[in-house]
Amino acid sequence: MRDRIEAIYARDSRRVLATLIRLLGDFELAEEALHEAFVCAVEQWPEKGVPANPSAWLVSTGRFRAIDQIRRRARFERVTRQMGLESAGSIGSIESTDQYEDAEVLEDDQLRLIFTCCHPSLAPEAQVAMTLREVCGLTTEEIARAFLTTPSTLAQRIVRAKNKIRDARIPYEVPGPSQLGERLDEVLNVVYLVFNEGYSASAGETVTRRHLADEAIRLGRRLLELLPEPEVLGLLALMLLHDARRNARMNNDGDLIPLDKQDRALWNRAQIAEGADLVTRALNTRAFGAYTLQAAIAAVHCEAPSAEATDWVQIAGLYEALLQHAHTPVIELNYAVAIAMRDGPAAGLVRVDALLEDRHLRKYHLAHAARADFLRRLDRPEEALAAYEQALSLAEQGPERRFLQARTEQMAALLK
Amino acid sequence: MKYLALVYYDESIVKGMSSEEWASLNRECLACVDNLQTQGHFLAGQALQPVETASTVRVRDGKATIIDGPFAETKEQLAGFYMLDARDLNEALQLAQKIPPARLGSVEIRPVREIEPFADATFTDDRPWREGAG
Repeated sequence: MRDRIEAIYARDSRRVLATLIRLLGDFELAEEALHEAFVCAVEQWPEKGVPANPSAWLVSTGRFRAIDQIRRRARFERVTRQMGLESAGSIGSIESTDQYEDAEVLEDDQLRLIFTCCHPSLAPEAQVAMTLREVCGLTTEEIARAFLTTPSTLAQRIVRAKNKIRDARIPYEVPGPSQLGERLDEVLNVVYLVFNEGYSASAGETVTRRHLADEAIRLGRRLLELLPEPEVLGLLALMLLHDARRNARMNNDGDLIPLDKQDRALWNRAQIAEGADLVTRALNTRAFGAYTLQAAIAAVHCEAPSAEATDWVQIAGLYEALLQHAHTPVIELNYAVAIAMRDGPAAGLVRVDALLEDRHLRKYHLAHAARADFLRRLDRPEEALAAYEQALSLAEQGPERRFLQARTEQMAALLK
Repeated sequence: MKYLALVYYDESIVKGMSSEEWASLNRECLACVDNLQTQGHFLAGQALQPVETASTVRVRDGKATIIDGPFAETKEQLAGFYMLDARDLNEALQLAQKIPPARLGSVEIRPVREIEPFADATFTDDRPWREGAG
């Protein structure tokens, strides 16, 4: 029975929490109520059996216990006074509805929780911490480990975020159609941030960080069930396609292996097929955006049987479309690389040199690395060496530094 | 996870309380323990006699010395402790906020370190700090 209750906790606790936050109008009260509900379950279910709808039982038990608590703590008066002052549905008021039998309402609550944790008035690192703890159910300690910070720093971040949600009266709601696009971008951005934290973790780093990528994919799947928007499809596809190459990206020393040198037999074919299918669905909506286009580019790479067989014409075309959606120097740089593959390194060099006029990009190590690569392919080792050295002086990550170091030595050897 | 909540307050504040105020604080503390027990968060806990009852023991070269008084003079004194069972640090902090003397002094929360038998008791290495989600 204990195992069964634990399985139900793993499956339903976030859903129940999301609904309790709406009903009780307070994160901390809801968390306490969730805990109390499970304490009751441990006491009662072994005798009475598991109820037909455990999450509804947990919601009503938790809500009842919380209100009982408030009464006992003599805070009831204050809270009821507040209820008169505050609009229904905002954090800080208790809703009295008996709708929580309704599966649709429960789903809405989960979306409410996601949108509240990713509210633009919270700092990005607070959005990430809140999403991982409240939506994904990670502990403070697990999140701190993954982000290489101390649990007390992270705990404070979460406390501050909850205070802000309460004090700024951030409404517990799914944004309406007029705001949905913008607010969904904010949510997708948080999910992608979490994914990248896990994805960019090198083999030498903790498994905990890698597991953030899995957590982000799980979150993406959940979001797609709740909100089947084109860009949700696109982001999930993008994460699946990147993650499918996980085992081929690094050698045992934790060195990065560039895409064209990866052993494609190590790529996860089933995941690539799933990702490609999601991309197709997203493109067919004709209402897609930047995530879908990035996923489409990843799909072209993943579906090429070999690096030589990569369809650079299609990739360059997708970058042109992507630049219409998101005109950033980094995307420009990737476009330059695609042009170099399609039309030769000289064409790429012209573009990257133009891009390096930009102050920000001049500090970006990959811009210099790309330029060095074009020069290397044009048999201009002296200039290539200088560019590699410049890239190396700007690169911070261990695996990237090692890769650039190796290239620098290679160029230096050519010049001897 | 287990967390120790160390309750500190300035004893002179408590000594200055009327007997009603003192009794009411004690009732509150008992209610707090009750509540933690019902919720399954309470593993152990006790209030302590005031700091003048303290003795400090040190063993050096096999010889014990005993000193009258606490091991350090502090502005706030250790008044009691709770051993809590919580899901994570944030839950432990929420529980600590409900400890009545948190209003008078401070409650320090420390995660317990499970000592592994047969292993060197080394501190976990301090990782280089960096900004989380940047």
